[in-house]
Amino acid sequence: MFSAARQSVLRQAQSQLRFSRPTVIPQYLAFTRLLSTLALLEQREGKLNVSSLAAVTAGTRLGGSVTGFIAGSGAKAVANEAATIQGIEKVIYVENDAYDKGLPENFAPLLVENIKKGGFTHVIAGNSAFGKNLLPRVAAMLDSQQISDIISVESEDTFVRTIYAGNAILTVQSSDAVKVITVRGTAFPAGEQGGSAEVVEGADPKAECPTEWISEDLAKSDRPDLATAGRVVSGGRGLKSKEEFDRLMPPLADALGAAIGASRAAVDSGFADNSLQVGQTGKNVAPQLYLCAGISGAIQHLAGMKDSKVIAAINKDPDAPIFQVADVGLVGDLFDKVPELTEKLKAL
Amino acid sequence: MSGLRILVPVKRVIDYAVKPRINRANTAVETAGVKHSMNPFDELSIEEAVRLRERKLPVEEIVAFSAGPPKAQDILRTAMAMGADRGIHVTIEEGKELEPLGVAKLLKQVVQEEKSNLVILGKQSIDDDANQTGQMLAGLLNWPQATQASKVTFEGDDVTVMREVDGGVETLKAKLPLIITTDLRLNEPRYASLPNIMKAKKKPLAKKTLADFEADVSPRLKTLKVTEPPPRKGGVKVEDVDGMIGKLKELGAL
Repeated sequence: MFSAARQSVLRQAQSQLRFSRPTVIPQYLAFTRLLSTLALLEQREGKLNVSSLAAVTAGTRLGGSVTGFIAGSGAKAVANEAATIQGIEKVIYVENDAYDKGLPENFAPLLVENIKKGGFTHVIAGNSAFGKNLLPRVAAMLDSQQISDIISVESEDTFVRTIYAGNAILTVQSSDAVKVITVRGTAFPAGEQGGSAEVVEGADPKAECPTEWISEDLAKSDRPDLATAGRVVSGGRGLKSKEEFDRLMPPLADALGAAIGASRAAVDSGFADNSLQVGQTGKNVAPQLYLCAGISGAIQHLAGMKDSKVIAAINKDPDAPIFQVADVGLVGDLFDKVPELTEKLKAL
Repeated sequence: MSGLRILVPVKRVIDYAVKPRINRANTAVETAGVKHSMNPFDELSIEEAVRLRERKLPVEEIVAFSAGPPKAQDILRTAMAMGADRGIHVTIEEGKELEPLGVAKLLKQVVQEEKSNLVILGKQSIDDDANQTGQMLAGLLNWPQATQASKVTFEGDDVTVMREVDGGVETLKAKLPLIITTDLRLNEPRYASLPNIMKAKKKPLAKKTLADFEADVSPRLKTLKVTEPPPRKGGVKVEDVDGMIGKLKELGAL
């Protein structure tokens, strides 16, 4: 408590010395003047990962300035691309292929160096595999208690996140000098084009990396990305086999232009790849339409999809818990209903 | 290769199958009288450690650790019944809980005291869903980390870890000392047999308190409130596929 009070006094004192922009939240005036956020951007093979822009959107809701950060080979080009997003004032890039794979052993020291150099009060990353892997390491190096997967920003030190697989909503206030945060992508949509941020080169401490990246095996798909798709069709244990999953779900997804998801039961049984898992330990999705078949609706699964706009479910068990959250429920055999639905959707 | 001294931190959490209830004061989730179990990801950690020994790797010792209320000892006994050699329990007052950064600081000291060279943690606990402790410990120790592991193989001094990432898997290679966090696909934890449960009662369990550690574990976050998620409005059941399409159109989803 004392340190929090001390900080705010310090901030007020320092804020007198700084040029500030007008702000719309008067009660936080003293805070917003000094507040500056570093938003971690992601790239893959020189292309900006658009879903990482959620960090920028969350940063703008804090009220202070937002600086993007990008590292890897071709980082400058990606920085130029990110500079056109509204809300970013500056983009720091570090051009070095040592950061291409996002290994936290050298990426964390890189980020810490640039956070300290820039005097940032907030560091935000998306709650992606990359963000989840890297940011807690950064937080520990800064002696900060990270706040994971936030769904809303209440003020510069107060954030909302879910706990217990989305069954409870927690509001926490941080007393840390540097607030380290990951954000849920579905809660903070990427900003619009139309910005013109300054692009500058960052510091590169060139820390050694004891870990060697060997290979990757990514599921290739022409379908929309599961985490950001507007529509998702999802299959569960009720599909009975990988053959049936592959026979029924892709045509339904194609008819809707949807991404494909799966329950843990379907993944564990080998019907679908692990990367398609929706739920507490898989991906969080919040599409316009979540249409699922053969999924009972365990709390771990609901955790990952219950913020969807419209939920539709096909299940032969009328008492399945999925029907308690579904806006539209159809009790029936999915082996009849899914092909029929696919045909009728195609005809629309 | 050098002998493996494995540390496995475990957490006592509300059982995964229980739907948590929020207390009336909206300050916390009700834990009194609720079934608790070992965090599912931590069961995977113990299992993996025991399997390393069963693969005839030079496992010198498997130490299970928990910081929690007195009842967290039950969880440590479970870990020992699954194959851990001994346990360390740091008693935390009932109702209080350490944050991941605090746990990571305790673990750093335990690693140094026990001369551990491999720490296997769950990727997240299913109560606070933070997914931080392993990475923080790696940062504090400046060790390499392999999070969300779905396969771990040892070859001489090299440890190869396949990890779950967005869109698929990636494979990393590192040397000990190393931090690994477990993903659900890593293994299938065994059930402790009755003889092993009896044997576990005789295994050493060291009791410590926070005063035995030098770490500053004071909380950085203040809980302002805990509330119910907004309920979804009850939906409708339709008779057939046409009804479903009609309703989806009406809701603007098609």
